Amino acid sequence: MRPSNFDPATVDIFNRQLKKTTIFVLIFFVGLIFRLWYLQVVNGWKYRAKSENNRIHLQDIAPLRGVIFDRKGRLLVDNRAAYDLALIPEDIQDPPALLKRLDELVGIDIKETARELRKGLQHYPFKAIRIKRSISRNELALVETHRFNLPGVRIMVSPERYYLFQDLAAHVLGYVGEISERQLASGRYLNNKSGDLIGKAGVEKKWQAILNGIPGGEQVEVDAAGRKLKVVSQKPPVPGANVYLTIDKDLQARAEKELEGKVGAVVAMDPMDGEILAMASSPSFDPNMFIKGFDRETWKSVVGGKHHPLENRAVAGQYPPGSIFKIAVALAGLQEGAVTPDEKLFCSGSYRLGKSVYRCWKKWGHGNVDLHRALVESCDVYFYQLGKRLGIEKIAEYARRLGLGSRTGIDLPNEKPGLIPSKKWKLKRWGVPWQQGETISISIGQSFVLVTPLQIVSMISSVFNGGRLLKPQLTERISTPGGEDIYLFHPVERWGLGVDNAYLEMVKKALTGVVNELHGTGKEARIKGVLVAGKTGTAQVVSMQKGERSGNEENVPEAQRDHAWFVAIAPVDKPKIAVAVIIEHGGHGGSAAAPVAKKIISAYLGMN
Amino acid sequence: MFDRRLLQNFDWTLLLLLILLAGISILNLYSATYPIREMGGTQIFRKQVSWYLMGFAVFFVMTTFNYYALERFAYPGYIACILLLLFVLVMGKATAGSQRWLHLGPISFQPSEISKIAVILALGKFFLEKADKRYYRLRDLWQPFLLVVIPAFLIMKEPDLGGAILLIAVSFSMVLFVRIYWKSLVILVGSLVSVAPFIWFGLKSYQQKRILTFLNPDLDPLGAGYHINQSKIAIGSGLLWGKGFLRGTQTRLHFLPEQHTDFAFSVLAEEWGFIGSIILLLLYLFLILRAISIARNSKERFGSVIAIGLIAMVFWQVIINVGMVTGLLPVVGIPLVLFSYGGSSLITTMAGMGLLMNISMRRFMFQ
Repeated sequence: MRPSNFDPATVDIFNRQLKKTTIFVLIFFVGLIFRLWYLQVVNGWKYRAKSENNRIHLQDIAPLRGVIFDRKGRLLVDNRAAYDLALIPEDIQDPPALLKRLDELVGIDIKETARELRKGLQHYPFKAIRIKRSISRNELALVETHRFNLPGVRIMVSPERYYLFQDLAAHVLGYVGEISERQLASGRYLNNKSGDLIGKAGVEKKWQAILNGIPGGEQVEVDAAGRKLKVVSQKPPVPGANVYLTIDKDLQARAEKELEGKVGAVVAMDPMDGEILAMASSPSFDPNMFIKGFDRETWKSVVGGKHHPLENRAVAGQYPPGSIFKIAVALAGLQEGAVTPDEKLFCSGSYRLGKSVYRCWKKWGHGNVDLHRALVESCDVYFYQLGKRLGIEKIAEYARRLGLGSRTGIDLPNEKPGLIPSKKWKLKRWGVPWQQGETISISIGQSFVLVTPLQIVSMISSVFNGGRLLKPQLTERISTPGGEDIYLFHPVERWGLGVDNAYLEMVKKALTGVVNELHGTGKEARIKGVLVAGKTGTAQVVSMQKGERSGNEENVPEAQRDHAWFVAIAPVDKPKIAVAVIIEHGGHGGSAAAPVAKKIISAYLGMN
Repeated sequence: MFDRRLLQNFDWTLLLLLILLAGISILNLYSATYPIREMGGTQIFRKQVSWYLMGFAVFFVMTTFNYYALERFAYPGYIACILLLLFVLVMGKATAGSQRWLHLGPISFQPSEISKIAVILALGKFFLEKADKRYYRLRDLWQPFLLVVIPAFLIMKEPDLGGAILLIAVSFSMVLFVRIYWKSLVILVGSLVSVAPFIWFGLKSYQQKRILTFLNPDLDPLGAGYHINQSKIAIGSGLLWGKGFLRGTQTRLHFLPEQHTDFAFSVLAEEWGFIGSIILLLLYLFLILRAISIARNSKERFGSVIAIGLIAMVFWQVIINVGMVTGLLPVVGIPLVLFSYGGSSLITTMAGMGLLMNISMRRFMFQ
């Protein structure tokens, strides 16, 4: 046994130091325990949430967009598999070389892609980044062939909108395009996120919410590198509903064929219920082009093109109605008692009001004409006199009753209202009072008055269907993929014309005469075996300074030629189709537009 | 000839605490390596189990001789240790490889770990020989200062900042224990603060970055602050009862860095919650309190002082590691003693614990 090397004093000192040590140790441990309490108990749920966010990623599953059929159930717009080019950042060995190679193969935005890639590599290196949407079959083949030399490149398959017949009914169907920041911020696209394709025009836009469907989502567990490990939970997407249009694909194709090479529009409607059978506007475009995006040249030609191919002239083209407006003036005159059916007014070929002379299209005049003949032969002087008797306010009232100058309410975006002028409008718009001469011009559908082809077809229908102004409609039915109808067409009567049936009959008879009588202006629309009624119209493009109606149109440059109108309906006793045709700068309605209407009616009624 | 009193003074509580810590450590390591079990994780787990077995063997070997005999070997041992540190530094430089490890056939170990014990023993011997002072003044302490600074510098050069800090903390604790004039203490601390900028610029840039990130972890959440943030998320998300064994998502999905070494505690805290963390901390606390009572019961100065050194060694590792993973201290790379994966540290610590047991067992030899 050794002696202790402690003296008693040292033992005391050590014991005191050990006590201090104990207290020191306890303080530190209590400190750590408080820290753990703070992290795990006080803020525990916050960190629990963070750990869940770390672990669980939400991924949207895009719903399949509803498809579009014609009235007979023929597919017009479908979805097909598209191939998108994507990169997995982690798998790329030499990013600059790869991007250069890809650019050579399929053409990519190197700068933007490199930026995306850096971002991806930093956050989720195993998450695919889409760098080019919808590559062509050729590009796909190129990429696939070089696949072994392109580590990190993936091909992703996703559904893509496909317009089966390219430009067929393009203006009705519309197109899809990437949602804009503004649209996202508007709060009206709750089922969409950045990068989604949404309807930008036509039916695609009108029924966007219904076609779109509801996106599903899945929670996937990922590790620290962003690798997808398993699906935790899934909410399946709800596919969009399918839309059946009232459009008849064959008739539509026919209408478009008749417009080929021309600028103008055709609308065909069932006059009894307002279903649109065909709606064509020329020039047209291929909606498929909007999916991939355009190069600058193509974009310019489509959007900024001379004839604005994107504009649907049937609903957004506003033209003076020309002589077609005489239908409205005639009905007003009869109903208001401004003229009796038998009263004859004299046409000398011109009409003088104050210092101005207003000419009839027929230089030598029609002589004494009653209402029937005035309509059949489209006598301008008759209507100058009738218009003067009625005054602008009465004319405007009846024009509005016939649906002119107001939106029809068709289920398409961007419909234009046209314009029916009044004294109040003139004062407000131009700051000068109404001139009586303007009433004279408006009596034959010139000057300020503007209408759309759709309004015209709706007007003629109301005359022939017993005085009911119907809302034109395009949607026959909307049904879920499960087959449940969520919308069914039903005719909507905007209002009754408030014109006595007898007067309607007189006008109908006169319009039948336009096509079928010897001196009728619409003889070109005559069809053997079917009684067709109609009315020609010629909308002045350049106002004739000297009160002259255009003479020999071949001598006039195309841009100054008049627009040719024709509106027709058949069969007269039991109408099945009404057609409005406008050919821009086509010249006279009777020669340029009537044959188009005739062919469409023949096609629809199965005549040749 | 076996003295029955050796057995009477055997500290069963200390052994029990070590066994409990070993069990928890191995259990936790199983979980920490579970997600990488096919990529060497199983091997890591098995290695640690065998190291623990070796550790207990070393523990018992360290109780077989009279610790006082070490007094004679303290300085030679210290010098040998410095030579080893120099050797790995030079060898590492020459081979451009790791400068921490010494490879002896199949066994590799870190001299920096052994140097902790060597320094404790050397300081113990110094304070035994210069025992006449009630309070030490700075001029008395130049020898221990050198004893610490030389290995600390070598370890920092490896580079192992954590190891160096730990060595300084342990030595400083011992000096505080044997008492130092408060004026001397002020001068010592004051001079440390004044050389801090030089130390700062002597640090490697990644070490500087770690300290900066510690001060503001949100500076770069995906870069340098990542470790601290992910560790805090792991610990905090354990809540009171934890997510359950093998159910720690932070661990399983690799969000935790170095989850079987420096951040092993975060794994435990995530899976066993506040309760589990507290139980582990309490085990350490009991171990330290037990060691303090061994120091008190020692009738002899050498034993008491090296017991204090061993206590400080365990204490500071626990405080610095747990402080580090909970975001209280910068990430300096100190594993959790007796808990993290790592052979050298474990064997060294078990040797130290054996020494502690030795002191307890032989307290009757001094009167």
